[in-house]
Amino acid sequence: MTPAPHNSKRTVGWMGIRRGHKARPAEWLAEKFIFLVSLTAILMVFLIFVFVAREALPVVLGRMNSAAFRPALPDEQVAKLNPAELRDYLGLTPKEFASLDKEAIQALIEVKKEEAKEAPKSPDAKLNTTEARYLFGPHAWSGEAGGRYIWQPIGTIHKYNLVPLIIGSLKTTLVALLFAVPLALAAAIYVSQLAPPWLKEWLKPAIEMLSGIPSVVLGFFGLIVLATVLQKVFGYESRLNAFVAGIALGIAVIPVVFSIAEDALTSVPRAYTQAALALGASKWKAAWQIVLPAAAPGVFAAVVLGFGRAVGETMVVLMASGNASIMSLSLFDSTRSITATIAAELAEAVFGGHHYRILFLIGAMLFIVTFLTNLAGDLIMHRLKGRLEGKG
Amino acid sequence: MAAFSPAQVTLNTAAPAADAGAPLIQTEALNLHYGPARALKDISITIGERHVTAFIGPSGCGKSTFLRCFNRMNDLIDSVRITGAVKIGGQDIHSPDVDVIELRKRIGMVFQKSNPFPKSIYENIAYGLKLHGMKSRSDLDAAVEQSLRSAALWDEVKDRLNASALGLSGGQQQRLCIARAIAIKPEIILMDEPASALDPIATAKIEELILELKKDFTIVIVTHNMQQAARISDRTAFFYLGELIEFDTTTKIFTNPAKKQTEDYVTGRFG
Repeated sequence: MTPAPHNSKRTVGWMGIRRGHKARPAEWLAEKFIFLVSLTAILMVFLIFVFVAREALPVVLGRMNSAAFRPALPDEQVAKLNPAELRDYLGLTPKEFASLDKEAIQALIEVKKEEAKEAPKSPDAKLNTTEARYLFGPHAWSGEAGGRYIWQPIGTIHKYNLVPLIIGSLKTTLVALLFAVPLALAAAIYVSQLAPPWLKEWLKPAIEMLSGIPSVVLGFFGLIVLATVLQKVFGYESRLNAFVAGIALGIAVIPVVFSIAEDALTSVPRAYTQAALALGASKWKAAWQIVLPAAAPGVFAAVVLGFGRAVGETMVVLMASGNASIMSLSLFDSTRSITATIAAELAEAVFGGHHYRILFLIGAMLFIVTFLTNLAGDLIMHRLKGRLEGKG
Repeated sequence: MAAFSPAQVTLNTAAPAADAGAPLIQTEALNLHYGPARALKDISITIGERHVTAFIGPSGCGKSTFLRCFNRMNDLIDSVRITGAVKIGGQDIHSPDVDVIELRKRIGMVFQKSNPFPKSIYENIAYGLKLHGMKSRSDLDAAVEQSLRSAALWDEVKDRLNASALGLSGGQQQRLCIARAIAIKPEIILMDEPASALDPIATAKIEELILELKKDFTIVIVTHNMQQAARISDRTAFFYLGELIEFDTTTKIFTNPAKKQTEDYVTGRFG
């Protein structure tokens, strides 16, 4: 073999064939394009979170003040303020402040005095209800004996306690999962392991079709049909409540859990089932004792995604839950979820105001909860997988 | 594969049984159809107790399908239709009073691809035992140890019984499957090309094991490897296109077959 001449071009490789992306430019382009597309997905998730978090940030940093009553300073004190202090006193951004002339600023100082005069005199009006202790802790409002958790964003006193909403979301999610997960898993086991092929061909698309029902239709069904039927059966007082919403939500969750669990169960090698049957297991025992444990990581992932769907679903809960932000642990009281609150109130909240920011705060919280659940689910799934494969 | 002459085949050195043995498995005019296709044609055979019987033949000749008739694994395929009788110990296994679970307890099976459950080594063996009602931990421990010893696997795995079976090598996995099959004390063990996915050393271990197990079990083995059939079996059946061409002692099949087709196959002229 003769050594390659020194002046040979680098792109011409072994036997004169072009190497790398120059050899197959179309494939190279396609690969880079697909890479960009997948990168965009990650970027989108990140950007959405940044957008939501940015809107919520002033609340987190304590820069918002929802107090209806703010004392106005006497004129001589106002005169003594330096420009920065004055800007702060009037609650203006540097840009706004710079664009105003002296007269306008004087007018604003007058408005401030008027406001202070007309503000409600209740001691509650002095509170900045966007502080963490009012968001998460109970508070005894004036004229009340004990501390209460209240979400009442509209009114002279803005009450922004998030606990009723968090509990509302948890209640409906819990009911939905308790209802949907057993049903979906049972259906998945039946369809993937036990059903005769002709029945499987009908059942699988039928259950997966449930996910094609628009959630507003499902909510309507919950509102009109389920609510009445369930009230007749269980005889509770308020017709629309966390239980009804949870069941309606469960119908939306079933196809998600079913579809993924069914895939996981089907992808368990047939050899396991055959081995179990050859040992004298019944079909049912083989499915329950061998196939289900072998599919545990996938089934677990299905439940986590089901949780994500339940917590994030809006329309069904908005329509079927009664939508009253009552602080109650009972499943049979009307309730209101985080998502429904955002959907119902964002349109009427003042842009950039405290109500608006609080809604974004709960949106960001929801995002973080779903993200953490998925992360934890992923970790547990990998551990389960490792254990099954003999690596853990 | 190079053609080899019958003289090159090492015959079963472990004193092949001369007699046909007490009949244990009998089929009478067995026909099997996959939908419209007839996969097995009028097969009548008598397999003796505590013998190793090998089924040989080219791919697609129906030998594996025939093997699966003995423990009714073909029941799982919807389009299969069977006529004729399969009798085990004189009892027709398709008769309505035969419980397929009891049948499969009496007839163990080892598959071509090792298929241990994704559980611990211990659980793999204990599963069949628990299935058939063994509950006490000490009984289970003893039975697990005994079957692992019988499968010549005990010394290799005794320190990691709780580790996943999927961490074992291919040959160890296959011996684990054999241990799992013999744990429930079947009378018959069906082996469907048990060594076809293994390297020569692991294959040799499996073959040794089969000769050892012959003392207690009746073994029917499907194999593509004619030397293997010659080494381990007492009697050999040659199948071709769904028909049983010849069934005789292994010595006779490999040295002096009665049929031309058998001779052509064992001498490597086709297949």
